[in-house]
Amino acid sequence: MGNLEASIVLAGVGGQGTLIAGKLLGILALKLGLDVKVSEVHGMSQRGGSVITYVKIGEEVHSPIIEDGTADYVLAFEEVEAVRWAALLKKGGVMIINDQQIKSLPVLMGQMQYPDNIGEALKNGASEGTKIVEIPALDLAMEVGTSKAVNIVMMGALSNYLGVEESLWKEAIEEAFASKPKTIPGNISAFEKGRKAGA
Amino acid sequence: MKEIMLGNEAVARGAFEAGVKFVSSYPGTPSTEITETIAKYKEIACEWAPNEKVGAEAAIGASIRGARAMTCMKHVGMNVCADPLFTVSYSGVNGGLVFCVADDPGMHSSQNEQDSRNYARAAKVPMLEPADSMECKEFARYAFELSEKYDTPVILRLHTRVSHSRSIVHLGEPAPITVKEYVKDPKKYVMMPANAIGKHVVVEDRTRKIINDCDADPKVGIHQLEIRNKKIGIITSGAAYQYVRDAIPDASVLKLGMVWPLPEKTIKDFASKVERLVVVEELDPFLETEIKALGVKCEGKELFTLQGEYTTRLVQRALTDRPLPVPAFDVTDLPLAPGRPPVLCAGCPHKGLFLVLHKLGVNVMGDIGCYTLGALPPMQAVDAVICMGASVGMAHGVDKATDGEDSRKTVGVIGDSTFLHSGITNLMNAVYNESSMTLIILDNSITGMTGHQQNPSTGLNIRLEKAPQVSLEMLCESVGVLPEAIRVVDPVDMAETEKVINEELARESVSVVIVRRPCALIPTGKAVKGINVNVDYEKCKKCGACARIMCPALVIGEDHMPVIDTESCNNCGLCVNVCKFNALEKGGEA
Repeated sequence: MGNLEASIVLAGVGGQGTLIAGKLLGILALKLGLDVKVSEVHGMSQRGGSVITYVKIGEEVHSPIIEDGTADYVLAFEEVEAVRWAALLKKGGVMIINDQQIKSLPVLMGQMQYPDNIGEALKNGASEGTKIVEIPALDLAMEVGTSKAVNIVMMGALSNYLGVEESLWKEAIEEAFASKPKTIPGNISAFEKGRKAGA
Repeated sequence: MKEIMLGNEAVARGAFEAGVKFVSSYPGTPSTEITETIAKYKEIACEWAPNEKVGAEAAIGASIRGARAMTCMKHVGMNVCADPLFTVSYSGVNGGLVFCVADDPGMHSSQNEQDSRNYARAAKVPMLEPADSMECKEFARYAFELSEKYDTPVILRLHTRVSHSRSIVHLGEPAPITVKEYVKDPKKYVMMPANAIGKHVVVEDRTRKIINDCDADPKVGIHQLEIRNKKIGIITSGAAYQYVRDAIPDASVLKLGMVWPLPEKTIKDFASKVERLVVVEELDPFLETEIKALGVKCEGKELFTLQGEYTTRLVQRALTDRPLPVPAFDVTDLPLAPGRPPVLCAGCPHKGLFLVLHKLGVNVMGDIGCYTLGALPPMQAVDAVICMGASVGMAHGVDKATDGEDSRKTVGVIGDSTFLHSGITNLMNAVYNESSMTLIILDNSITGMTGHQQNPSTGLNIRLEKAPQVSLEMLCESVGVLPEAIRVVDPVDMAETEKVINEELARESVSVVIVRRPCALIPTGKAVKGINVNVDYEKCKKCGACARIMCPALVIGEDHMPVIDTESCNNCGLCVNVCKFNALEKGGEA
């Protein structure tokens, strides 16, 4: 039994694997003998759209939604998504940003500007006690051979702050990818790289 | 054994544990995964029906024959199957019969925000409302028992936050699938006036009995009484219960499992125990109206909105003085995040058609599907969208309103699955009543918007086994469309598509243009031989024509010239066809 209580936001772009990261956190909570809710919105076929998954872990979880100022952790899988969901982070929370940029169609079409120096703006705007961590999750994922591992790199970075033993994370990864055993070593390696980068 | 399950998966598990024999549904967000999960239990007969009325009627037949049966739908699907629902309420069931409906407060993916609880009251059918995945499973399982015990169909009402949240489910032992004996009983099942008059009495008695039984034993209605601080008492159900628990942890709560009919005595007792009684419910003041009708004083919609999803913050603000959480940022200090609107995918076959319709400047009566996005920039080609199948009827109505004149510049646009759902009867009507309308069927060989479900025209069933295939051409011909007025085009060939549409707009009888190309994201779509696209920067005049197709795989660089993102390109070649300067060239088969 653990005594973990955490509200974790996974914000990214369709196809970045936020759903799988949410499932992994669910498995982790089960291993800790805790209650957990993972909420996702399957909207209109938003391929390439903004996607958000909420994960709440604790003794007893009621609402599945994480609201403004209540997230302990916001994991932004893409820079602009960090800005889009910044309001969710609570004072004193931790934001982990993948420095990857995925430009949306209005930006590609020149109708809107992709903001410069997002990491800086967030660091400057964060209230005291709030931590902003930037990691090159895509580059680290490519080091293990696939951009698909970005989500597990991000989980590695998060593992520095959640206070759950590393071995338990690895067991959870093995369980989450049990149906694709060949991907387990790569994901473990992605996790370790993320853990190192996000420390 | 415990597992983390989506609410929808848990409903399927509950039905499986109840020994359901047959499930027939039409897909619809946020309900689709229930039936998809059922399909994984090989012992259950499971199918996609062409629409919700067909699914419900098939389930009713199975129930009469003695099997436990279920039909699942989104809220607007309940409108489609309301006809059988209201009368099967009278006949009652043999095997347990469950209608599962998923509402969408906040309209994440729907055209309205209707509250399905009104159907329970109107059709006089008990309705259960779970608040998390574990309850989804338990309530689904119990719904079948309840149905058989009281000889009534039962509605299981979900909503987006329950359907699409994952939480812990304790698995139970599945009951064996059994099919009860069938005994002819026309007085029960033949709903003609002589029999139905008597059955209406039975229905009213049944409702009274359920109310009394719920008051005698809270387990019957799965009601949960939580007495804490008596200064405030809250009556609630479903996801709203979760927001209440987070917002005012010390409030007394009566959480209703059965939201219709209501346990009258239980509610009055609860009201008498607390100083202030508040009803917290999303959408309509359904419980509030019923509770007030009992003569019980309560607060409700004077504190809360009729629109959208509720949140903990909303409940907290309305009912407590507790300070709201402190955020990490003042977001007004942060840069503006550019939007990521939903777009038609790279290689989407709908894109070519809408660019043609945009160019022709015709009025478009649209329908429900991915192609509703044809209403957004840059195509902005859709004039009206109401409900499944309405495009065909609306185009016919335009014809009649103008004595056929506007049929020269109006088309109906509908997808293959939506056409089979409820467009075909409209087409029959248009032919019969001598319309001169033009219908465009976007045949992408799949039900796309809900996440790629099969339908009668795709040649595969829900388990992706080979199935008999409806020919859209033959179907249109069979309702009387002239063979020469049924045309088939490939939307990537925009010139041909434009020519054919113009010819059919001019025709003075009903015509159908089938715009055929499989969705780029399904196996048959991926199997279509596509082309690689090369850019010849010498020839590019920076005119922007290729940018206007808004393909996610075609990026405009800083020099205003196109760059093809080969990772996301689905090789349809549409961009090649729009470039007048041949700067985009076919670079061989992909």
